[in-house]
Amino acid sequence: MLRFLLRRAALIVPTFIGVTLVAFALIHFIPGDPVENISGERGMDAARRARLLHEFGLDRPLPVQYLNYVGQVLHGDLGTSLTTHEPVLREFATLFPATVELAFFALLFALAVGLPAGALAAVKRNTAADYVVMGAALTGYSMPIFWWALLLILFFSVQLGWTPVSGRIAVQYDVAATTGFMLVDTLKAGDWAAFRSALSHLVLPALVLGTIPLAVIARITRSAMLEVLREDYIRAARSRGLGTVRVVVVHALRNALIPIVTVIGLQVGLLLSGAILTETIFSWPGIGNWLIHGVQARDYPVVQGGVLLIATIVITVNLIVDVLYGVINPRIRHG
Amino acid sequence: MSAMPAVRSPLVRALAAAALLASASLVAPAAAAKGTLVYCSEGSPEGFQPQFFSTGTTFDAVSVPMFNRLVEFKKGTTDIVPALAESWTISPDGKVFTFKLRRGVKFHSNAQFTPTRDFNADDVLFSWARMADANNPWHKLTAGQTFAYYDDMGMQNIVEKVEKVDPYTVRFTLKRAEAPFLADLAMDFASILSAEYFETMMKKGTPNAADAYPIGTGPFTFVSYQKDATIRYKAFDAYWGGRPKIDNLVYSITRDATTRYAKLKAGECQVMAFPKPADLPAMKADPALAVQQKEGLNVGYIAFNTEKKPFDNKLVRQALNLAVNKEAILAAVYQGQGQTAKNPIPPILWGYNNAIKDYPYDPEKAKQLLAQAGYPNGFETELWYLPVTRPYNPDGKRMAELVQADWAKVGVKAKLLTYEWAEYRKRSKTGEHQIVMFGWSGDNGDPDNFFVPLLGCEAVKGGGNAARWCNKDFEALVVKAAQTPNQAERAKLYEQAQVIVHDEAPWIPVAHSVRFDPLRKEVKGYVMDATAHHYFDKVELVP
Repeated sequence: MLRFLLRRAALIVPTFIGVTLVAFALIHFIPGDPVENISGERGMDAARRARLLHEFGLDRPLPVQYLNYVGQVLHGDLGTSLTTHEPVLREFATLFPATVELAFFALLFALAVGLPAGALAAVKRNTAADYVVMGAALTGYSMPIFWWALLLILFFSVQLGWTPVSGRIAVQYDVAATTGFMLVDTLKAGDWAAFRSALSHLVLPALVLGTIPLAVIARITRSAMLEVLREDYIRAARSRGLGTVRVVVVHALRNALIPIVTVIGLQVGLLLSGAILTETIFSWPGIGNWLIHGVQARDYPVVQGGVLLIATIVITVNLIVDVLYGVINPRIRHG
Repeated sequence: MSAMPAVRSPLVRALAAAALLASASLVAPAAAAKGTLVYCSEGSPEGFQPQFFSTGTTFDAVSVPMFNRLVEFKKGTTDIVPALAESWTISPDGKVFTFKLRRGVKFHSNAQFTPTRDFNADDVLFSWARMADANNPWHKLTAGQTFAYYDDMGMQNIVEKVEKVDPYTVRFTLKRAEAPFLADLAMDFASILSAEYFETMMKKGTPNAADAYPIGTGPFTFVSYQKDATIRYKAFDAYWGGRPKIDNLVYSITRDATTRYAKLKAGECQVMAFPKPADLPAMKADPALAVQQKEGLNVGYIAFNTEKKPFDNKLVRQALNLAVNKEAILAAVYQGQGQTAKNPIPPILWGYNNAIKDYPYDPEKAKQLLAQAGYPNGFETELWYLPVTRPYNPDGKRMAELVQADWAKVGVKAKLLTYEWAEYRKRSKTGEHQIVMFGWSGDNGDPDNFFVPLLGCEAVKGGGNAARWCNKDFEALVVKAAQTPNQAERAKLYEQAQVIVHDEAPWIPVAHSVRFDPLRKEVKGYVMDATAHHYFDKVELVP
């Protein structure tokens, strides 16, 4: 187990270098620079431009800037935002809980619907139910998030008025952010109305963000289930006269879960990238919204730091999933 | 949600019933507290200090609700009216501005600070010295921050010194006569901070907190900010200009224009910023909404790079002016919302020369001029078009296509190209272009603020002068206008300057756009601002 962990951990170093390099290169490849962003239509004389570039540390050669950046990062310093002048890490920490909350509920939704739907499709293979579920999954997977979100907003929020359009909580509730998780904060404050408001604000964005993972989970569950359902022990269970539900849920689904867990781990990356669009359209104050703005403003430290932190989180989650996988299936860790 | 529309279609009802199970029990009524106005703003402020930043989003969130200037713009206009200064005098040479300050003006308080004195000359001196004097201990208080707008407006070349004559009199002495200075003082960066607040926070050992938690004299006080989500303010009871009629003001930060519109329709906010032009017809048709509009303090234009051939030839520039059908552009690009431009400044600005006759759409005359200039068969060139929607130009690409087609008729083949927005500005400011599409929104309603940054000789260096046009006669007129204290005399000089611009034709001034602020019907007393800010201190909610 220890060797397995060490081997996995060793991979983090090249991954880290790769991520910093890519994040650094990408944002610098985008035309424009933060100084140009300040001036707008207005002209800027060369002296002032040079002074600002110097203040932002952008007047040095790119490789030097990169090495400085990596040096900084290794000391735990992700720099300060060029727009707000707040430390990048602090901004990230303020906004990240909102993204986690959203991603958590999106995943919950995806699992709650995707697992049973996939299992159903497997059991009712090649029937109308199977086609409907898989057709819906394919549609969900191909759905452009932006369009899907707008459609739901226009129907449920504007037309019917059931769900709020955007934001995390109705404006009349000014709940102090202690944990940053709105549901937890409202509960801690003992304000049920605020809690309900926060929950209602989660419905549409979680549904939108959960749609693609739902489709993936449903498809994987179906194929994993199909494989398991062919196994001898399922036939054995059936032959012992066990009910269909018991066979499917206890004997089949449980064994099919192993590949599903891996896929769920992989969804974390998908959820965080999907959050960028979802958060923008629902004005969800998370890191996706923040990164988009960082890119637009050419806020190099924000984009580099944000990408690095997200990559770190994805890598960590994948590591945890690998470990869990090993726990579930001993053959992996000894392999 | 009382305004919920009736649901008729059976399909809609069935879907609705299904969704009801999932969500209806969760939804709290979204009715806002009485006296709370929610404004769907377009973005997060960069910070809560009025001197550091230069974006409209930050002004709307900071200097507009919470601060005052010595002088301000009369609501809805660019007329200068007294604010923290009750009156002022300008010396005959135009170099000394003396302000009598208003008495009894209270600063806000917060958990860390309760003011012990009213606003006075020390606050003016403090606010100014902080921006102007690099050796001032407060100048470098917040690391990395620069006084961007102060620098942009070239204040370091204008102001010599600021002195306190007595506790309620301050005197600005300028390095040169500069009539637009009064309008500069009405701008956001010239907001007055509390000197006592900064000193108090310094004594408490947390001086930076003074830049993060604003204390001003304005109509609203700061309550809280949740990053990228909401900014909360409450009415300042002791506001010298009269307590606002609403109790609470909330900015609901909503970056996507379609989402803002959905929120406005659903009643989650009462006023929204920057509608998408495509949504306007539906907004105007909605009985729950009112769409206010105002002539923009702006100009959309096409600039010829006069340093390059053949645009160094006035005849060519005039010919290309004659060849463009502006009315068609106004209809297709601006959807008729706005007016064609014949001068670099919009007609709502004083000094506008209405006697100038615009180049008519006359391709035949254009061909003649081109032949006269030595291009009987036209020539090939490049036209750069705006890659983004700007307040002064909703659709750069469409405009470029129309211009391209017009020019083709006189034999000028223009290749259209563009760059990513920041890159576009960067390249055009170094003069890489042959012809570039641009525009400008005025900062302070002074004509100087159009002529000097866009067509002045100095602005060639900084790149703001996209035509890279430096004309001695024009320059002499605008410099003289800036040094003339009397506004009527200045207006005459600017009128003459416009004659030169018209004749020399460094640009095709295309159009002045109209701005729109959509609001819900229950909002009363909202007045659209001339400089595109959003003021809520006189607004009422009448259900």
